[in-house]
Amino acid sequence: MILTAELIYALTGVGLFGMGLRGALLRRSLLGRILAINICGAGVFLLLVAISYTGPGVAPDALPHALVLTGIVVAVSATALALALGRRLRETARE
Amino acid sequence: MLTTLSTLLATGLLLWQVAHQGRQIHALGGWDPGLGIALRADPLAAALLLMSSLVALAAGWYATGYFTDDARQSRFWPIWLSLITALHALFLSADLFNLYVTLELLGLSAVALAALGAGRAAIEASLRYLTVGLLGSMAFLAGVALIYIRYGTLDMLSLSQLIHPGPATWLALGLMSAGLMLKSALFPLHFWLPPAHANAPAPVSAALSALVVKAAVYLMMRLWLDLFQPTISPAASWLLGLLGATAVLWGSWSALRAQRLKLLAAYSTVAQLGYLFIFFPLLMALPAGQPRDAAFGALVLMALTHAFAKSALFLAAGTIQQHAGHDRIADLGGTARALPVTTFTLALAGAALIGLPPSGAFLAKWQLLSTAIGLGQWIWVPAVAIGSLLAAAYIFRLLGYTFGTRDRDALALVDGYESLPALLLAIIATAVLGLGAALVWQFVAPGALVTEAPL
Repeated sequence: MILTAELIYALTGVGLFGMGLRGALLRRSLLGRILAINICGAGVFLLLVAISYTGPGVAPDALPHALVLTGIVVAVSATALALALGRRLRETARE
Repeated sequence: MLTTLSTLLATGLLLWQVAHQGRQIHALGGWDPGLGIALRADPLAAALLLMSSLVALAAGWYATGYFTDDARQSRFWPIWLSLITALHALFLSADLFNLYVTLELLGLSAVALAALGAGRAAIEASLRYLTVGLLGSMAFLAGVALIYIRYGTLDMLSLSQLIHPGPATWLALGLMSAGLMLKSALFPLHFWLPPAHANAPAPVSAALSALVVKAAVYLMMRLWLDLFQPTISPAASWLLGLLGATAVLWGSWSALRAQRLKLLAAYSTVAQLGYLFIFFPLLMALPAGQPRDAAFGALVLMALTHAFAKSALFLAAGTIQQHAGHDRIADLGGTARALPVTTFTLALAGAALIGLPPSGAFLAKWQLLSTAIGLGQWIWVPAVAIGSLLAAAYIFRLLGYTFGTRDRDALALVDGYESLPALLLAIIATAVLGLGAALVWQFVAPGALVTEAPL
């Protein structure tokens, strides 16, 4: 098998997913875990972007892009919620 | 506040109607599947929609009296409505990515609701709930991506025509299932559920335990029994069944040892979800036909009964907690005298959870056992029997304390109004679903698992 550009991207995506998964399961700190989950998501998004490449000069498949955009929105809001909860946790700890 | 309440009532009524129409039409909606968002209401989805509307209506009714301060109440309603929207959209989705989006919406609103619970424990539990939920969704999304790479479509109807066994399919199914198992708290991935469900406000706990985990189980049913069914080996479904059986035993045992009423209810959820997974290897082993339809109907009946019984139990627990100021089981003496309606609700819901005769769970378990024996899969029989005995033990232990006489400050007899939603739910779980079980079977069973050709 030849290592084409999109294959490299896809494999990087899989690698990022694995790294994120490992971090999310093993990290103790909240911030570390949130970041790890985001890396995990970035891996999936990269994979989706890589597979939409259909060849030089051809318009890429649009559907995965829509999926990635939706996914990013979801990931951002989830991260915001996690950070807000984390802050509330610290505030209650201080009281 | 009144507007949101009336919206809630309207949603409940509207969805009830949709459920009724879905009975006849079988496949509803389905506009431009492919790029557009396709919705589909088959009997399984309609039955679950009806269930969630009823539970949401009762829990919402209960919530009007539960939240006393305005600030919390105004925070509760918007998130509550988005939770119900996400749940209903999930039941109606006919496309894998849409399922991911609704799953995330559901998870986010569930976490926000769980964080409304008082104190540090609730926030800690909901944070863990959030990270676990996100991991589950990420795994699910990775599976969705793999499916798209392999088959080039995410629409479930067209996918069911294309699907065939292969490493990519199995990997995708494995990733999606791992994510869903995490979200449906299947043993040993249940660790996040008891603290999150036990520390949330009572109406929220009811919705989380009765509905939100069901959404993940519903997706498992869709994937394993419908979409991927031709590609799954029996060994994989045995793994699910074994995990389910362990969940039954371990969850029931933990519920028996629980010191707090809401924790008991939460562990009981872990156990009851286990029963649902025991159905998977049985359904895999049965060829299409009447016995399989009967077993599938029993699975749906079990899920419905649990939803009503568990939400009733959580609402009743909330009433007790508000009146007694705590929910320590050992200190509940005198509750039966002070809150007779609530205690009656506990007993009714308990009967449905144990699976005593008039309840839907009794029929479902009966069907489960006879199917298991008929197929020679004896291993599930002791798990169900011991699980039911343990359930009887934890329910009667609870009732024993409530009838106790340790009556320190002589609680006054309380009007039964606030217990009414919980009582209605418990009656549905024990009497209506038990006596009307034939309807569930007729409605859900025939052809429920036959994926029809694309419209």
